[in-house]
Formats: sequence, C-alpha cells, structure tokens
Amino acid sequence: MPRGIKDKVAILGMGCAKFGERWDADAEALMVEAYEEAVADAGIETSQIDAAWLSVGFDAVNIGPSGIPLSMALRLNNIPVTKVENYCASGTESFRGAVYAVASGAADIALAMGVEKLKDIGYGGLPVRTRGTMFDMIGVTGSAPGNFAQLASAYRAEHKLAPEDLKRAMAHVSVKSHANAVKNPKAHLRKEIDIDTVLNAPMVAEPLGLFDCCGVSDGAACAIVTTPEIARSLGKSDLVTVKALQLSVSNGWEMQGTGWNGSYFPTTRLAASRAYDEAGITDPREEVGLLEVHDCFSITEVVTMEDLHISKPGEGWKDVLNGMYDADGKVPCQIDGGLKCFGHPIGASGIRMIYENYLQLLGRAGERQRANPPKYALSHNLGGMPNQNVAAVAIVGIEG
Amino acid sequence: MTDPNIGILAYGAYVPQRRLERSAIYAANQWFAPDLRGLAKGVKATASWDEDAITMAVEAGRDALTGIERAVVGSVSLASTTLPFADRLNSGIVKEALTLPDTSGASDATGSQRCGASALIQALNAAGPGRKPQLCIASDLRKAAPASGDELMIGDGAAAMLVGHGEPIARFLGSHSVTIDFVDHFRSAGVDFDYGWEARWIKDEGHTKIGGGALSAALEMHGLAGSDIAHCAIAITARGSGAALAKKAGIAPEAVIDPLVGEIGDTGAAHSSLMLAAALERAKPGEKILLLDFGQGADVLLFEAAEALGKLPARTGVAGSVARGRPVENYMRYLFHRNILPLERGARAELDQKQPSTTLYRARKGVLGLVGGRCTKTGTVQFPKSPISVNPNDHAAHTQEDYPLAEVPAKVVTYTADKLTYSPDPPAYYGAVDFEGGGRLTCEFTDLEGAEVEVGCPMKMVFRIKAVDELRHNQRYFWKAAPVNEGES
Repeated sequence: MPRGIKDKVAILGMGCAKFGERWDADAEALMVEAYEEAVADAGIETSQIDAAWLSVGFDAVNIGPSGIPLSMALRLNNIPVTKVENYCASGTESFRGAVYAVASGAADIALAMGVEKLKDIGYGGLPVRTRGTMFDMIGVTGSAPGNFAQLASAYRAEHKLAPEDLKRAMAHVSVKSHANAVKNPKAHLRKEIDIDTVLNAPMVAEPLGLFDCCGVSDGAACAIVTTPEIARSLGKSDLVTVKALQLSVSNGWEMQGTGWNGSYFPTTRLAASRAYDEAGITDPREEVGLLEVHDCFSITEVVTMEDLHISKPGEGWKDVLNGMYDADGKVPCQIDGGLKCFGHPIGASGIRMIYENYLQLLGRAGERQRANPPKYALSHNLGGMPNQNVAAVAIVGIEG
Repeated sequence: MTDPNIGILAYGAYVPQRRLERSAIYAANQWFAPDLRGLAKGVKATASWDEDAITMAVEAGRDALTGIERAVVGSVSLASTTLPFADRLNSGIVKEALTLPDTSGASDATGSQRCGASALIQALNAAGPGRKPQLCIASDLRKAAPASGDELMIGDGAAAMLVGHGEPIARFLGSHSVTIDFVDHFRSAGVDFDYGWEARWIKDEGHTKIGGGALSAALEMHGLAGSDIAHCAIAITARGSGAALAKKAGIAPEAVIDPLVGEIGDTGAAHSSLMLAAALERAKPGEKILLLDFGQGADVLLFEAAEALGKLPARTGVAGSVARGRPVENYMRYLFHRNILPLERGARAELDQKQPSTTLYRARKGVLGLVGGRCTKTGTVQFPKSPISVNPNDHAAHTQEDYPLAEVPAKVVTYTADKLTYSPDPPAYYGAVDFEGGGRLTCEFTDLEGAEVEVGCPMKMVFRIKAVDELRHNQRYFWKAAPVNEGES
C-alpha cells in the first residue's frame, strides 16, 4: 500500500467561471475568469506558480492541442504546462497533476485549470467525434445519453425493478439538483422543476428523457495548491487539504469480458475504496458528509450512490427517493446543482466539484452553505461510458 | 451425359425483412401516375439503409452453408447488377465475411439480369472430381424512379447455390444459352435507374421468341419433353409471361414456380437463383427442374433432384424468407434509404467516415469476419482478439487463437434506443450482447421492425453496412445484432 498524499497538499485558492451558454466568452476569457478568482483567493502573484496542468475534453473544437493556450491566457512565466485529457474525468486529472507536483516537492505552488468551450460547435449536446481508426470500425458511435441509458436497462434487469420505479428515482435526482442550483449564482440552469416535468419530457435515449441529462455548458475552474507549510507561511489558516486522490481506469473487462452485468461501475467502486483507504475513512456512509458526483445522467447518480459504498447495492434508488441525498438529507449530493444544473464543461467539471467542496468546508458557499460543514467532502468525476471509463475520486477536508 | 456427381450441393436465400406495401407507394404517387394501379398489389422486399448487394449475398451464403464447413468451399462468385464497387472485388468482401480460406478463388459477375444464371453455368461446367465447390451467390438491390412501374415491381434479395462435385441435391443435366443484344431496358454505368422499352414488344420479341426459343432448344438438346419437367422456374416477372412460355413448351401449369412477385418482387440478377431455391424446396428426388433466365438472350439450366435433397439440414431458404417478412407502409423511409429523397440529417451526421485501408487490412478478420480470440490457456473468448487476454484472473499473453463469432448465438446484456445520435433509421438501437460460450460485443442492433428488445433477448449476428463515407463514396462494413425471429434457431 503506497503511503498516499493525505494532508501533504493544501488548497491555496480556487476559482470558477460562471457556467452556461457563454456566447460572450471564448476559452481564454473563461480561463482568465476562473484564474482571477483563484489567484485573488490564494493571495499570490502569477510569478509564484511553479508548474501548471490544463485539462480539456474536446480540444479540437475549442483550444486546440498542447498546454500553450493556458500559458498564453494567463501569461505564465514560461513554466511547465502539461495538457491532460482523460474523457470527462479530465478535470480531476489536471488537479491530480498539480497536487502530485506539490506532494513530490517538484513544485512549491502548482496550478490546475480545467476549461471547455462547447458552445461553438453549432448544435446541442456533445460534439460527435471519432475514437481512433480501430474503434470506429467496430464500436458504436452512440450519443452520451445512449451510452449511459444502458446503465438503466441493466440496473433494472439486475434488481428486477419496474421501469416506472427507476424512472421515478431518476426524476427525483433531477428535481433535487434543479432545486439546489437555484441558490447557485454560477450555475447554468437555475430553475426549479417538478417531477411531472421530468417524467413527461421528450425521450432522448430510452429511458433517459431530456431532464435526465445534464447541461452542456461552457466554463472553467481553477485550483492553486501548495504544501500546508507554505500555505500557513502565506497567512492561511483553516486549511482545506487533500485527503485522497484516486483514479481507476477500465482495462476492457466490462466491454470485452462477460462477468459484468452493466448495472454498476467497477472502476468507481475501486477508486472509492482506494480513496477511503488513503483518507483513513472506514465508514463512508457516516463519515463523508458531502458529495459532488458525476451526474452526467440521472441514472449515473443513482448507481454512483452504491458504487461509492454509501448506499447498499440495489438500494441506491430507494435512498434517493427517501431524500437521503437531498440538500437537507443525511449526505447532500450536488448541493451546487451538480453537472445537471451547474453545468458540464467537460475539462472543468472535476475541478468545479472540488471548488464546491472547498467552499462548503470553509463555510463560504453563501445561500447554499450546509449548516454543519462536514469533515470530509468527496467528489467523483467519471469519464467515458459505462463499459469503458475513467473514474476519479477526490476527498478533501479540513486539515487534521 | 454429365457427371452425376456434379450439381447443386446446397442452397440458401436471403430476403430483407421489410416488405413495403405496394398500395402505400401507389397512394403517394397516384396523383401523378394513376395508371400504376394494376401493379399496386402485395408487398415488395425492401432492404434497409444498412444493406447492399454484398451484405445480402453474405446472408444468402451463410444460409447455403448451413451445416457445412467453410473450408470446403473453393471459390465464391457474386452476380449482381448493383455491385457496390466498380473496382474492388465485391466477392472478396463476401469471402472475408464468410471466413472462407484465404486460398479461395473469387469473382464478380455483372452486366445483365441473367448474370446469376450465367455464373452458375460456368461454375457447373468447371466442376469436377478433386475440385472444390464454388459458392455462387446472386444478389441485387436495384433502385427505381419514384412513380415508375419498376418501383412497384422491384424487390431486393439474394440467393446462393453451392455447386460442384460431391453428393448433389440436384444433378446438373446441362444447359443452353443464347446471347442477343435485345435491349428491353438498359442502365448505363453510374446511373441509378433503368430506361425501358415497350412491354408488349419485350413480351412478343423477347420473352416469347428469344426466351421461348431457348427453352425449346434446351429441352430438345437434352432429349426432354415439356411434360418431363416437374418444376419450371422462369425468372421473368412480367405478369403471365413465365406461365405462357411453360405452356407453349408443354410444361404442366402446376410445374410452374410462382415468380414471387406478390411476396418479394423482382430481385433482378438474384431472381433466377431465388426461384431455383424455391423449386428445390418443393422438388422430390428424381424430379426434373428447369431454370430459365432472361437478359440480352437467355440461359436455360436443367437439373434432376437427387436423394441428398431430403438430407439437407433445415435452413431459412425462400419459404423462411417469405415467412420472416414484416409488412411496412413507410414509403418515405424507403425513398430515403435508397438515397432518392434527401432528408435534413442534422450536424450529427457530419462525422467523417473515412476508412483507413491499413487498419482494415490488419483487422480484416475481426471487422469483416467477426473473428475474435480464444485464449488457448484459459479458454476465455473475447472480441476483438488482443495480445493480452481480458480474463481478469489470468492476463495470459500471446495465447489467443482465431475464434469466429458470427454464427454463435447471443443475448442482450444492455441496450438503449438512442434518438439523439444520427441514424438513418431512428432511433438507433445498440447495446452489449454476450455470445454463448463467451465473448461480448457492444454493437448496433438492426432488423427491429416489430420486435421488442429487453435484457436477455436472443440475438443473432448479421453482416451490414456500418457507416457510409459520402465524401469518398465508400462504406464501412461490420456486424450487427438482430433479434432471433420465431422459428429461427
């Protein structure tokens, strides 16, 4: 078992651009918007940053290749900038790069930026793209809703659920996230909806309707990290530190083997277990007080409640319906509106989740602030599709 | 006397599932072409957007090879007037999809409605002891101008005959051919639709004189009388023409094989093979079969059904193909799928579908033949084959042997009906299927007309067009899962 990075790295500052259909802004403007908040929060100068990571999902339709766009946008001091892409988990991957740089001692202060400018493609939803010459010959170029809708068909079959019961639990997820986002000025979709709106919405990919799908947004989010010692030397107290940072990547078993039934994410289960070990959490249902998960689709959130070992297998849908994950529930999930309503600028989402957890831990989440800040806040960032994915789990908490 | 061991060894057929009601075509066009009313009866087989002469040929070939080792086949021919490629061996793609040995011969035949029968004659004449059989497939997917008679008459389909030396189900007695440049219709290269001449002239000077003349000559050459023929397949679909020719030759009315117009339509180059398959389905050992095909002359073939016919394993054939038909009324979809009606497809249809030849060549067994890998150490089956096994308990390296999956029954593990992604036939159904004995594939589903998909549904694999590269006039082929119809194994 590796020693891990618990409490070795502190968050010095964070920022997040307003998510949404940012017709006014390009990727450069979005990055600057997130950075200006983060650097002011950190209380440092740009020249103090030693290394940077940049995540983006669909670089071909916005910033193009390499780390140069970040270096240019922020006028960084010719420091190393690494661009990362790991499907929709790219944001946490960028954060991981910066955190590891600090933990290793290679950098004193490192920056993680995630950005996505999706609304320059000319149509709704995610851009259609190839996945390499071989995959294109044998794979399915389905939509993201189509890929995740299969979770629902498999979950239903595995737990012998009536379609309407699962659909109701999925609808609850979306109603809850819409209600939460009303209190979030940076969220893309800030409008309450009722359950009938969700249930009666047009079908996108059976059984996912329009309101089972998250918003596709423009946005950027930024984190500046350092060691706890340096943070204190810069005058910070009440430090939010990284307790665990784990990534689990499919090796083809789900897609090519026959042991997986399609109703859960083995990668999320692994990443969560490893993260709890790294953070020293033994009873996640009781110890994790706040969740930001990758609710790209309502069914993903239902399944993820089980994969994070918080709901029991087959009971996630019941816990959802019982309000356990509502803003006033035992473990609030998506208190900021989540991907569903805060929005999902691919490369930024993982950092946006950590941004919310950071604010909540410090009691700075404004109108949506949870009454009793938890000890641990978890973010789950998923890339790819159910049968082939990248699952990232990050746990942050107050130092000590 | 030809060698009694030479003849047809097996047959198969494939007809697309959708049967478009001719009344629906007529209803849309009657304002313009009210005189077509007489043809607006029954249904015509219509291929989906993901089918062409090659994919239908593969399915007919699979049906013909039911219960037969693929390695037995020595060569494959594909006869069609609608070959997708002018210069790329169309039968070569069929060979890959059927996982025939690389040492197989292959040839394409085209240029006339009777190219199927002509290819059959050539293969039968080339057969002999020590020579491997030839799989002769005929397949056609013709377009017709909207509001034309052809549009109502033409159907899509394919049939296959395995011919050669062995234990035939029908012995080859001989053939007779005449070639005359009789232009009843023509279709120039690169043009979609036929240009036809007056039906009465075609019947009198073509069918009756050229066709009838060849028929009489063939009987006489082989010392047969019309009354000796128990099954007469005349691949002419003009109403009453075949029956009239048979009657004139002294062939009994009950011997005349129905030209399948009401249930399938005129399948062009495939039609003679399809009707021959229909004749074989009803023939008894010892009975004589006559096949006549017409097109810039005529080919006549004579067979005698043999004992082995009764031992042939069950197959879809023509009867099964007729039975699996599902009537549909969506004429607009048919026009769209034939590229006659351009619909607005949206930006999601803009994905570049360029197919790299290098990748295809390296992966041709997997892509075209659906050949996966089986770990010789653990028995784990997977698709695609890979250097290191997917087995989580033993990632054995470099242990996999070829493992064909196309004929292995499968069942649905996950699925969806996607209305967002672009599909010419929305919604796009796809999901994961597991093969009996191991192996999993996430793939598109097809032929879902009237079918309900659910986790656990039995599926079979079919060879189809995966995507069309409109920029370079090319298409990708791969395998899709289709529901197993009632009565199919």
